[in-house]
Amino acid sequence: MTVLLSVLGGLGLFFLIGSAARAGLHAAAPSRHKPTFRDMPLTASFGLAVILFYVVLACLAPVIAPYGESEVVGAQYLPWAAPHYLGTDKLGRDMLTRLIYGARNTVGIAFATTALAFVVGSVLGIWAALMGGRLDQWLSRFVDALMAIPALIFSLLLLTIFGTSVMTLILVIAAVDATRVYRLARSVAQGIVVMDYIEAARLRGEGMWRLIRREILPNAMAPLAAEFGLRFCFVFLAISALSFLGLGIKPPTADWGSMVRENATLITFGDITPLLPAGAIALLTVAVNFVVDWQLHRASGLKE
Amino acid sequence: MEEPALLTIRGLRIEGRSGDEWHPIVKGMDLTLRRGEVLGLIGESGAGKSTLGLAAMGFARDGCRISGGTIDFDGIDLRSAPESRRRGLRGKRIAYVAQSAAASFNPAHKLIDQYCESPVVHGVMPRDRAEADAVELYRRMRLPNPEEIGFRYPHQVSGGQLQRAMTAMAMACRPDLIIFDEPTTALDVTTQIEVLAAIRDIVRQFGTAAIYITHDLAVVAQMADRIKVLLRGEEVEEAETRGMLAAPREEYTRSLWAVRSFARAERPPATGTPVVSVRDVTAGYGAVDVLTDVSFDIHAGRTVAVVGESGSGKSTTARVITGLLPPRKGEVLFNGKPLPSGFKARSRDELRQCQMIYQMADTALNPKLRLRELIGRPAEMYLGLKGKALETRIRDLLALIELEPGKFIDRLPGELSGGQKQRIGIARALAAEPQLIICDEVTSALDQIVQEGILKLLDRLQVELSLAYMFITHDLATVKAIADEVVVMQHGVVVERGRKAALFADPKEDYTKLLLSSVPEMDPDWLNRLLAERSGSGPQA
Amino acid sequence: MNDIWRMIGQRLLLGVLTLFIISVVIFGATELLPGDLARELLGQSATEETLAAMREQLGLNDPAPLRYWNWLTGVLQGDFGMSMATKKPISELVGVRLGNTLFLAFYAAALAVPVSLLLGVLAALWRNSIFDRASNAMALTAISFPEFFVAYILILWLAQSGLFPSMVRITGATSMGELLYMAFLPALTLTLVVTAHMMRMTRAAIINLLASPYIEMARLKGMSPVRVVLRHAVPNALAPIVNVVALNLAYLITGVVVVEVVFVYPGLGQLMIDAVSNRDIAVVQAIALIFAAAYVLLNLIADVLSTITNPRLMHRR
Repeated sequence: MTVLLSVLGGLGLFFLIGSAARAGLHAAAPSRHKPTFRDMPLTASFGLAVILFYVVLACLAPVIAPYGESEVVGAQYLPWAAPHYLGTDKLGRDMLTRLIYGARNTVGIAFATTALAFVVGSVLGIWAALMGGRLDQWLSRFVDALMAIPALIFSLLLLTIFGTSVMTLILVIAAVDATRVYRLARSVAQGIVVMDYIEAARLRGEGMWRLIRREILPNAMAPLAAEFGLRFCFVFLAISALSFLGLGIKPPTADWGSMVRENATLITFGDITPLLPAGAIALLTVAVNFVVDWQLHRASGLKE
Repeated sequence: MEEPALLTIRGLRIEGRSGDEWHPIVKGMDLTLRRGEVLGLIGESGAGKSTLGLAAMGFARDGCRISGGTIDFDGIDLRSAPESRRRGLRGKRIAYVAQSAAASFNPAHKLIDQYCESPVVHGVMPRDRAEADAVELYRRMRLPNPEEIGFRYPHQVSGGQLQRAMTAMAMACRPDLIIFDEPTTALDVTTQIEVLAAIRDIVRQFGTAAIYITHDLAVVAQMADRIKVLLRGEEVEEAETRGMLAAPREEYTRSLWAVRSFARAERPPATGTPVVSVRDVTAGYGAVDVLTDVSFDIHAGRTVAVVGESGSGKSTTARVITGLLPPRKGEVLFNGKPLPSGFKARSRDELRQCQMIYQMADTALNPKLRLRELIGRPAEMYLGLKGKALETRIRDLLALIELEPGKFIDRLPGELSGGQKQRIGIARALAAEPQLIICDEVTSALDQIVQEGILKLLDRLQVELSLAYMFITHDLATVKAIADEVVVMQHGVVVERGRKAALFADPKEDYTKLLLSSVPEMDPDWLNRLLAERSGSGPQA
Repeated sequence: MNDIWRMIGQRLLLGVLTLFIISVVIFGATELLPGDLARELLGQSATEETLAAMREQLGLNDPAPLRYWNWLTGVLQGDFGMSMATKKPISELVGVRLGNTLFLAFYAAALAVPVSLLLGVLAALWRNSIFDRASNAMALTAISFPEFFVAYILILWLAQSGLFPSMVRITGATSMGELLYMAFLPALTLTLVVTAHMMRMTRAAIINLLASPYIEMARLKGMSPVRVVLRHAVPNALAPIVNVVALNLAYLITGVVVVEVVFVYPGLGQLMIDAVSNRDIAVVQAIALIFAAAYVLLNLIADVLSTITNPRLMHRR
């Protein structure tokens, strides 16, 4: 019964937020883009609203959070009651505060990692597609071999060797993910490189940098942007999984993955507090996925 | 005595969906077809020919819907009949032959299995009789090895043969009506003849009614008893084939006819050093030679048309000249001086002198750049123009290709029509102020009326700027229109070269003769005459 | 037919080559370590003597290629070396747990593959219907959930009420029925996550296929929808579907790690996490190699299967 109620409540909230966000976006958008927002599905507007909410939370964490990030404010495992609306964790830190700071830490680290993976992977991928020949062959064979090691397993191997700190975490995940970005950027660029306008630009005598900047990148932006969203989800889930396994972001930094781990014992008592950080992860990933899906759908629709 | 009508369409409306909106494709069409009659549907792309053809089977593609009118096939209302009833007719009494046989045969099954599917499923005949029948029809379609060819998979058979096998498959249940949807458009001219002849014979033998859809007037003239001209989903006119060819009523129909009449006279032979001279070039990919000992010259102010069917090596020749494919042997001279074989080794000025216009303007223009940059970039790069001077030059170029500068300069390619895009391709080539322009099938993706505009523009520019053109094409009508000299290629070898008038009047080589005679003419008796001639002069076709 | 065998031979060779490169990467990764592995393992307080002993034990005094050779030949004979944390032979630690992990993966696959293929095909056939949109939104949601979130929700929902156990204890005496019962929640968790991926990919592959001209041709020949799907779509869909399945089974392999930790399931994933925490490098290397080998093998099988089902490759000119 409670399950059913919460599902219904969730759906109601989803429609409410989704339609409100769509109406808001439609009103705020410049007239040229109005149709884009008028036709957007509820899932996408819901996703945009959620992403916006997380961004605000991350930026304003110290202002919004009632307590300090790792401040011990009371007894451990306090129930949900004022002034600790979501209770306390096993060290007696305010759960709500740590959730809010988690938005900043977990999402921030995942974003930085994705950005790094993206710059490295897409530059290499486009370059390989443009150069072709032996260089492309060797680089791609090597990346293929690396990709034959499952991402999480490879990350674990690298973390064992280099130890676990936030910096190595970012570098390791970025390196592993860059191989996936490379593969996509290369195939997108390969589709563009065979176009006659690239041949025309080459025959004109354009340099490599201009070819990438003016001829390839503008045409690769749409798929790459969608891929950025998808990659972010993967990275975010991977970092959360590693933190959950105790190998990612370390305490006392507030991080959603490790918060689940630290408080997991409560689950066996039927307390859903540990599910809150896990739900926070899920919600953001869902939101990003919804928006990406909408964009991909739009791109494929425009082609026809 | 008139046969009763087999198919009657009245006030047919069909809509297509883009996004959430429906827009009309066919706007209230009438059509009557009697038993045994062949109706030609002709029109440019977007005229609604294929949509109308499919509607004759009570079928609308995904994203399309029949929104009004009636379709009556031999007393059956195809719009109100249940889907199972329509399904029972399709393949049995109404059959379909698609444009691309290679894509329309299922790659997973043998030809004969696909042939037997309709007769067996529709209960017309058992499998063993269907197989025997298939062999008979393959023979009538003049397929090689009719006993054996059915046991091959589609990818093991050539395009022209597949198209005939598909026609045989359509005949399997001896339907009352066959829809031919551009069945020879994807084929080379010499192959097209065989397929056309086979299709026409079999339709006549069985007295099958047919709707023959094409954009090629000369083809429809051979195939159809009556012709219906379509434009943007509406009928322009309909008449008996001979009547319409002799005296088209409507302005639009006359303009379709007129395209073929554009032809400029051959210019006198040029003297002096040729702009480009291809000398004994042998080139290829990997270990395979695509070109063998190719030689020809192009002079300033003259057009050399390089003609051949697919795989003849005409585009490869262009790649050698532009330096994309360094030749194994031979060289390319520019104004008498040898060019470095790879384009990377060429100087900026050498690159500037030779420009290219592509077949598909869609892929030749970067969709994310505005016309200002598309046209301006060569001028900026090669001639060092900047600021005001560059702006003026871009506007001049736009005016030169007959596009209003103020309106177009900040547009993206996606905001242009096909013909306008091709004009931008021309402007980009002109911006470099070259001596030679290579035109690679520049008109073949365009509708006929647009083609004429492009050809006339190119011709005018040639006179004004004394340009040398290398014109790659498979279309001999285009050659007639614009060439001074013709180079005929086959399998990577120059078969024959010569002045246009002389070559057309008196071809020396067998292949040139075959190629020239294979081009359909408007005369409805052309195919009969040609077949008679060929069967008289030995086993040439 | 000879072509096919040659092609399969090539794929096999390529697979072996990939495995070789992977083994080099996995082994060579330790060489990237800045400084000394022995000091890294023993900490700054270690004396020179213990360090020297450690180096001797790890064989660090030999040149890297020789050490690699010794390691590789050992692995090929089933000898992965010694675990530093537990002082036991790694093959002993891995043996039983590998079986448990494979059992869990197969269990989840057996649930996920039929369900997701069915849902994917249905969504493709009824595309843009309510069913399609709802299942798409649900699949997206499921993909977005971290495995541990799904796992804890299932525990809260199905284990709290005592329906299924939230921990898995396997002894030698556990019967098959008990095993299936105890491993149900971890298998279900994996199934939910993988099904979403597999369903979406199946749907995309089928839609792509249904847009082909030969499908339209079959409809224009008056074939019934069932016949169009079974006779014209399915034979061509095998290759893409096999690839989708292989890709997702490979995904299962990594998904196993988190799920094993949540349910305290005695498999390779658990072992690996412990080894990573203890920086027991030899164990991590061994397990990474096993996972990678499984991954390569799956892709190889998919490759061979899709070669065999492709008529263009099967019947050359």
